[in-house]
Amino acid sequence: MSLYAAQKLLYHLNREPTVQARFHSALPELLDEYELSHEEREAFCAGDIGKLYVLGANGQLLMHYAALLGMPWAEYIEAMREGVRRYGPVRAGIYAMTTSTDEKVAGV
Amino acid sequence: MSLVFAGACSHAPGITGRAQLAEAGVRDAFHAEFHRMGDALMQSRPDALVVIAAEHFANFFMNNMPAYAMGMADHYEGPIEDSSWLGIAKTRVPGNAGLSARLIRSVMNDVDVAFAEEWKFDHGIMVPLHFLTPKFDLPVVPVNINCQGPPLTPLKRVWAFGTALRTACDEAPERIAIVATGGISHWPATPDSGKVNEPWDREFLARWQANDRDAMLSYSDEATYRDAGQGGFEIRTFIALAAAARGAGEIRFYAPIPIFSVGCTVALMSID
Repeated sequence: MSLYAAQKLLYHLNREPTVQARFHSALPELLDEYELSHEEREAFCAGDIGKLYVLGANGQLLMHYAALLGMPWAEYIEAMREGVRRYGPVRAGIYAMTTSTDEKVAGV
Repeated sequence: MSLVFAGACSHAPGITGRAQLAEAGVRDAFHAEFHRMGDALMQSRPDALVVIAAEHFANFFMNNMPAYAMGMADHYEGPIEDSSWLGIAKTRVPGNAGLSARLIRSVMNDVDVAFAEEWKFDHGIMVPLHFLTPKFDLPVVPVNINCQGPPLTPLKRVWAFGTALRTACDEAPERIAIVATGGISHWPATPDSGKVNEPWDREFLARWQANDRDAMLSYSDEATYRDAGQGGFEIRTFIALAAAARGAGEIRFYAPIPIFSVGCTVALMSID
């Protein structure tokens, strides 16, 4: 259930300006409203794209979230690779990595 | 009246947002063909543009995910993404609630479709509009087929939806253009981003050009996921358009552009 909650937070963050504002001004209180696991909460607090990717967050939700964080494309792609290096393969969902962690498919 | 134009195109956010990172020659050729598709669209003098898209959790979430949804508003907004990231300024796009309502009522005779009186466009619609109607002045009827969150609607139902959409357009007095937008094989929003299975793409496009219903509907989601990635599920938009247009396809541009994360495609289809 918690992955669902984490993805719902991403969904709200990606489309609701008021949630985006609270994300920047009152993150702990915002996170309290979602049934997140300790691991997910830590990832949101740290802006850890790689952890959220490995936990199985839908890639499209995560991509929009990375844009919201202002991450350049190459940095976002590398953050997902780094997540796999640190935490292992993607644990859920349909956005698993099929290339190796040292492969830069599109040159980034 | 009925359909006056039918086409299909890519919509990946890198097409606008990472344009500066692509090799200039292929990028410019692709963008030019995209603009030419827009010219052809406008030459058909449409009253409205139906966009069959595969949105990315901008409006519909896993708490209530429709297999099919159509917009029913007089205006929409987009892009939902950060404007500088996508390279498209936030804007308001006109709709036509009355036309939408008539299309939806007709489609409902054959396929259950959700309606939405508000809709925030993501790159899946904004990137095509950026090239096809750059002034964002043609009323749009957005259509979504869930291609993101399984369980996904079966391909035979996609064909039924496209057929129902054609019937609905035939009943409308307006001149209607229809554009499908999706990737073919691609692995977007993963570290694999940029990976494309070009032979798979060309085989699918050959089936689409021939409007070979049985060949297009023969793909299983398991095989598509294996060979074409999760982005390959978006072939649903191409298939729905083929069912609606009933004609022969013409590929005006196809080339993998890795930094855009997809085999970039511009295609037209005759209307029979």
